[in-house]
Amino acid sequence: MKKLLAIVLAMAMVMALAACGGKKDEPAPPADDSKQEEPSTPDSQEPAAAGELTLWTYPIGDWGKEEKVKAITDAFTADTGISVKVEYLAYADGDDKVNSAITAKSAPDLIMEGPERLVTNWGDKGYLVDLSDMFDDTDKGEINEAAMAACTHSNGAVYEYPLVITAHCMAINLDAFKAAGADQYLNLDTHTWTTRDFINAVEALYAHFNAPVGAVYCKGQGGDQGTRALVNNLYGGTFATASHDQYTWDDPKNIQALEQLKSMPGIAFDASLEGGDEIKVFYQGILKMAFCWNIAQQLNPNQADTGAGLTANGEEIVFMGFPADGGSPALQGGIWGFGIFNNGDQAKIDNAKTFIKWMCDSEHTVDAVKTANYFAARSAAEGTDLSSIWADNEIMNEYQILMPYLGDYYQVTKGWAGARTEWWTMLQKVGEGADIAETVATYAANANAAAAG
Amino acid sequence: MKIETGRGRAYKIISIIILVILAFLFTFPLYWIVTGAFKNGADINATKPIWVPTEWVMNNFDKLMKQRSVPLWEVYLPFGSFFNGGKKLLLTAGPEAPAAIRWLINAVLMSVLAMLLTCLTAAMAGYALAKKRFNGRALLFSLIVCAMALPKQVILIPLLKEMSALCLYDSLWAVIFPTVGWPFGVFLMKQFSESIPGEILEATRIDGASELKTFSTVVMPMIKPGIGALAIFTFINCWNDYFMQLVMLASGSNFTIPLGIATLQAETSVDNGLLMAGATLAAAPIIIVFLIFQKYFTQGITMGAVKG
Amino acid sequence: MARQSHPTMSRALQRRENISGYLFLLPSLIFFIGFVVIPMVICIITSLTDANMHDQGMFGNFIGLSNFTKLMGDETFLEALKNTFIIVIVSVPAVCAFSLWVSSAIYKLSGPVLSAFRCIFYLPVVTGSVAVTVVWKWMYDNYTGIFNHVLKGAGIIDQNINWLGDSKYALWCIILILFTTSVGQPIVLYVSALGNVDQTLIEAAEVDGANSFQVFWKVKWAQMMPTTLYILVITTINSFQCFALIQLLTKGGAGTNTVMYHIYWTAFKLTEQAGHFGYANAMGVVLAIFIGLLSALQFKLAKEK
Repeated sequence: MKKLLAIVLAMAMVMALAACGGKKDEPAPPADDSKQEEPSTPDSQEPAAAGELTLWTYPIGDWGKEEKVKAITDAFTADTGISVKVEYLAYADGDDKVNSAITAKSAPDLIMEGPERLVTNWGDKGYLVDLSDMFDDTDKGEINEAAMAACTHSNGAVYEYPLVITAHCMAINLDAFKAAGADQYLNLDTHTWTTRDFINAVEALYAHFNAPVGAVYCKGQGGDQGTRALVNNLYGGTFATASHDQYTWDDPKNIQALEQLKSMPGIAFDASLEGGDEIKVFYQGILKMAFCWNIAQQLNPNQADTGAGLTANGEEIVFMGFPADGGSPALQGGIWGFGIFNNGDQAKIDNAKTFIKWMCDSEHTVDAVKTANYFAARSAAEGTDLSSIWADNEIMNEYQILMPYLGDYYQVTKGWAGARTEWWTMLQKVGEGADIAETVATYAANANAAAAG
Repeated sequence: MKIETGRGRAYKIISIIILVILAFLFTFPLYWIVTGAFKNGADINATKPIWVPTEWVMNNFDKLMKQRSVPLWEVYLPFGSFFNGGKKLLLTAGPEAPAAIRWLINAVLMSVLAMLLTCLTAAMAGYALAKKRFNGRALLFSLIVCAMALPKQVILIPLLKEMSALCLYDSLWAVIFPTVGWPFGVFLMKQFSESIPGEILEATRIDGASELKTFSTVVMPMIKPGIGALAIFTFINCWNDYFMQLVMLASGSNFTIPLGIATLQAETSVDNGLLMAGATLAAAPIIIVFLIFQKYFTQGITMGAVKG
Repeated sequence: MARQSHPTMSRALQRRENISGYLFLLPSLIFFIGFVVIPMVICIITSLTDANMHDQGMFGNFIGLSNFTKLMGDETFLEALKNTFIIVIVSVPAVCAFSLWVSSAIYKLSGPVLSAFRCIFYLPVVTGSVAVTVVWKWMYDNYTGIFNHVLKGAGIIDQNINWLGDSKYALWCIILILFTTSVGQPIVLYVSALGNVDQTLIEAAEVDGANSFQVFWKVKWAQMMPTTLYILVITTINSFQCFALIQLLTKGGAGTNTVMYHIYWTAFKLTEQAGHFGYANAMGVVLAIFIGLLSALQFKLAKEK
């Protein structure tokens, strides 16, 4: 009976708490500007800060790691008095989180991602603030032209301030290649290879290991830049038109590439993997090549902590360009930067701009770029040279060799998000054995319908 | 008859063997979680499954604890955001702690609150539905029955907007309230309350006891096992309601442990050791709750159910 | 009863019953109406509109039933609907049959053994859906999962099966997990129902020359009917709650899309189709209608017994 009473009492208290909050006194500060602010926790340590911002970031290099990000945001707070609360999104469900937050009118102040989300999606839908007033002529001269173009919407507004760029590539397990005698097909000086080399290497590997050595992963959109680049480069196909208004992946060259890949026993079409899963399996030494790779991966220690550039068994990982007919691939670029959600609070927007300026165009940009483990999107920032910040890093330096192969940043094509879905669904169907030409035509048409609508 | 018994015995032995195999299969996932949590990196990433860890290490838990840090607790004024321009009013916050610990606290707090609220409201409502002959009772009961199987995804968008309007988005309440609103508890408690003899209620009424007194002194003790069952049921249910947690909770300090684990899984380069450590942490509290209240539970659910 | 004995009091008494009845219901109704009924009503209304995420208003423009007609031609949705029903139609009878068999095999065992078995079959439920999903994902893994390892070791298969990536298997893999997390409670219920079967009826039937099968079917099964119906209800509820499995294992790929997942997808995934709340709500309404029919059917069966 006592227990029962206790429960009832506890209930009553909870109810009372909930109920009394509903109305009653509380000298209500006029709910002025808007209630769309991020409802997340006010920073408890800095009650007297000049303001606070919320930043949601996708795992862009070490911008997904708290200890690294905290160091740089703390420095920013010390400098400006503006505190920053960071939430870390994952690629698997980050988009859903942002969209549900927008629906709940609780979008963050700042978001860090690439133009394919910030410009073609949230910017396009009018959720982001136009940043064009942040760029003067010096900035425009310093910032990589392609990056600037990608961050600019067709209506002229700039929805993203680019911070870093990279080229996505692939990686191979060098020890496994050597064991199978396939290393003869690699050019380790230029980090490139031809389509023939690739086919021969996979054959040699398959003959040696008797199991698939590479996976065309297609569970979802995670890391899909890898599968796109693989298919496009094999026979020189393209993904979208240069004017970014239509998808061209029903190009016969791409169909030829898919047919080639499908016919190779060493390559599996795997609908249980996404980019992240593929990397795990690659680290485990099961797959001998990974198509979801870039320099940040190369610098990252694997999940078994055996060190950077090594698999869990300590085998050596080497980054490679995608195999291409003539040996010179068109690599898929990655551009990342910040966007500002318009939550109707001018003070916040100004603070957010201060943040972006501090990160992307000041003497601190070096640290912000280094946190991302990529290359700066500009040659210099306020007098600080950024072109040689990685000079002391051997791997980064070596990686520079791939940067000239950077291809068109077609991720800003209209209907991009829908097209991605069509792409991996198509790969699933191809993997299941559907007629390739027909499947490709259907899904490319779907994507183009999305682009048109 | 003798042959019959012989066959019966053979059947019995075979079924016991099958049962033991099944029991093994049902325990295996849990075994795999726990051993996975204590395996070292090499074992976890081995291409062949390592059935028993070669060494037991705490590595994965260390990694889990280092993932993120958030205040150990934060107490807000309920509905405080109404007066604070949409911003929550923080009353007190704890020291920085590993996020996993906070997630655990959040999950327990959320499930316990949902459990208490559900038990009280459902017990009262169930009693009224079973014993009070008010107008509209049949209609209400059919409504409850129809809503019981409704998955929350159906009302996802209106619910999200509602929570946003109530300034409850990104708080545990946004998960708790819909759980309490789910009418299964009322249905269950109605089944229990049916068995209360009408004469006793009549007798207490004639004695002049108030309705509330009747409820607390006569009804509650009689449906106690039912409340026990409902309590565990709600606790587990709320804990497992990954969907609501996913949609309603946005900031890392408000995550629950199941949601946190799912987020870890979503990140680039999956680390199974880390995941299993998280899963162990996520599974431990409910298994403990279950084992403690196990007896109550079996007793409770069976009593409610048999009266269909 | 009371009304009949005091016909003159009836109106006052009825009022008293109304007041006290609704007062007792009030706390529960606040939550039920606030967080189930009202959202459901809004859901129905918006399903007739073109409401979407990008318009700030709650409701868009009224467009009649066109969301529904569009749904009828939407292959993805129809496949999701089909999968949802496969899950329910397969898992509900399977859970019932399996738990009935397990219970009849264990209910006569001695106390500690019986309760050990009960606990074991309950374990997957209390391990928690996310933890269970995460470990099964690892077990199903194409490359390092134990299923492929064991089956290959036993010589049953010679190439790895891509359990979650192959549409031949993926849905069944999900049903299997759902199954293990669903049988716990039915077993507990059946064990006690079997223990409560009236022994004198069984003896009488045996005297009449019924064999054990007949005894089971005619006597025990009949007496356990209420339990069975209750189990049908909770298992159906459970089968509709498989969101976490889909989201964490396949994301609706490899032929495992369900309506529950597709609603979420349509509402929040970052595609050009996303944010079509009216359309997503229309899916919700269709699902709710099916579920309502299913529940009605089950309770009609219950009434007849």
